[in-house]
Amino acid sequence: MDLGPYLLLATLEGSVTAAVLALTAVGLSLVFGVMRVVNIAHGEFFMLGAVLAWVLTQMITAHPALGFMVALVVAPLLVGALAVLADVTILKHLNYDPERTIVATIGLLYIIQQVTLMTYGPEARPVEAPFNTRLAIPWFEWGENGFAMYWPWGLSTTSYKLAVIGAAAVLLFCVWMMMTRTKLGLVMRATQADRDMALAFGIPVEKVYAMVFGIGAGLAAMAAVLIVPIQQAHYLMGADPLLLSFVVVIIGGLGSLPGTVVAAILIGVSDGIISVFFSPTLAKILATLLVGLVLVFRPQGLFGTRGA
Amino acid sequence: MSRGARIWALHGGLIALLFALQFVLPAYHHGNLARIMVLASYAIGYNILFGYTGLLSLGHALFFAAGMYGMGLSVQHLGLSPAPALLIGIAAGAVVSLALALLALRTTGVAFMIVTLMFAQAGYLAILYFGKYTRGDEGFVIQTAERVLWGVDLSDPTNRYFAALALFAVCLLLSLRLVRRPFGRTLVAIRENEARVTMLGYDTWAHKLGAMVISGTISAAAGAFYGVLFGYVGASFAAVPYSILPLLYVLLGGAGTILGPFVGTLFMFYLIDLSSGITTAHMLIAGVVLVLLTLFAPQGLVGTLRARVFRWLP
Repeated sequence: MDLGPYLLLATLEGSVTAAVLALTAVGLSLVFGVMRVVNIAHGEFFMLGAVLAWVLTQMITAHPALGFMVALVVAPLLVGALAVLADVTILKHLNYDPERTIVATIGLLYIIQQVTLMTYGPEARPVEAPFNTRLAIPWFEWGENGFAMYWPWGLSTTSYKLAVIGAAAVLLFCVWMMMTRTKLGLVMRATQADRDMALAFGIPVEKVYAMVFGIGAGLAAMAAVLIVPIQQAHYLMGADPLLLSFVVVIIGGLGSLPGTVVAAILIGVSDGIISVFFSPTLAKILATLLVGLVLVFRPQGLFGTRGA
Repeated sequence: MSRGARIWALHGGLIALLFALQFVLPAYHHGNLARIMVLASYAIGYNILFGYTGLLSLGHALFFAAGMYGMGLSVQHLGLSPAPALLIGIAAGAVVSLALALLALRTTGVAFMIVTLMFAQAGYLAILYFGKYTRGDEGFVIQTAERVLWGVDLSDPTNRYFAALALFAVCLLLSLRLVRRPFGRTLVAIRENEARVTMLGYDTWAHKLGAMVISGTISAAAGAFYGVLFGYVGASFAAVPYSILPLLYVLLGGAGTILGPFVGTLFMFYLIDLSSGITTAHMLIAGVVLVLLTLFAPQGLVGTLRARVFRWLP
């Protein structure tokens, strides 16, 4: 295969990563934006979504698509409920103090991860995709006989991967509509802008916080349900999404939704390309260094306009 | 007794007690205590930055690993004997912590935590990436023959215990002296109110830089000794859990207390040791303890004792 088809393949794989990453990172960004809480346990909510998807598809065996659809709705709800519970029992009592909540969410990370290890076990388990047709992609090139179309070996994607990209786009649009067009979104934005003023105007800030924490975790879980037919459900799978979401949220500007989506596409696609041509480890080293350096030299993010 | 005499008696007494325990402890706890003393030295290093200066780092595994790999790689590839190798490890820690401090101290609060976390993660990944030299996740063993320091075989349990005790005593007394000097007092003042310290004419940036380099160097010394004493160097010591552990030890023992790191390490080590007999998911205990501590006892064991009973504790 020449460079061109390789690059196309890397971009496609990268787009799938970017789609899922955008969903996960928007969840993290929402929590940080509204609550000013850095949720280190975000990756574990992602992992829980994937594990629950496996559990639910095992329980509903009538048709693989049916089980998957149920998982897509129920897993985020369950994870969201768990996050609300964590907010009410732990974060609320810390008064959302930034440093203490980080330590508490680190604790939460280990609790969720290790309880999953004790119940679900250390195996990686697959979930069947509801539909999965292989789609070969043609490639055009000037050859000996002029302009010709051919089908390079290995250059293909699946209908499911394209559906993941589509679904993520729809979901992101829904989040955007929720934030800008609904009363709930208005209340969230008011809380983000000025917590005390919102409280003075009778907004139940603590309920809003619990809701935001739940929605953030639910988004991560939904992203995980979407990706689990491509990856596998494993109790340690939360680390990479957490790291990459951090990269995305920080580069996109803390708490800015459009910036987060743009950064997710940028990071997802370039991660795909670097991983194909170099090594995934090198891609991760570059990503982590980028976050560190952006935070040091441009704390408002590459696209953000105001300080965090 | 004056306050100073009481303090020296208490800490000298602890070291003497640890020395005496060597002769009575059964082999299993004897080995554990050697490990605890090295890890407590790591926690002492962490405490200088977190407890006394108020800077919460999530990347101290980078310094621990710098010491460990600085030592291990120079034994493995340069064929050095332990003494210069340990010095190289400690120097590596000083250089790495200075470099990270120059970058990370431009940020504060949450950004500082994430910057340290990210650079430590980059360091861990770099160890995996250069697997040809570091042997990545698998790590490498330092042979018994390469662990003889000045004719003393450090793989022997008794010698190992004394070496760990020596390291611990030096770190403990160093930190005790540090916080009782004007430099340490200024660090505490920075923790309490940085703007006011700046206004009083102190160079807070230089103090924070100094604190971070001292903290990183002590952590690196602990890492280098850990490698020599237990004969193994591996990438897992550079990973995130090893950045969280000293935080856990210090929080449990009491941030900003001299004895806190040791007490916290002792309790946490045995808590995990006992629980690993029941379940393989021993990090669950760490998670639960972290959450409970932040919720109910942010001052830790020694911190609570100091607030309630012994107000003179440093």
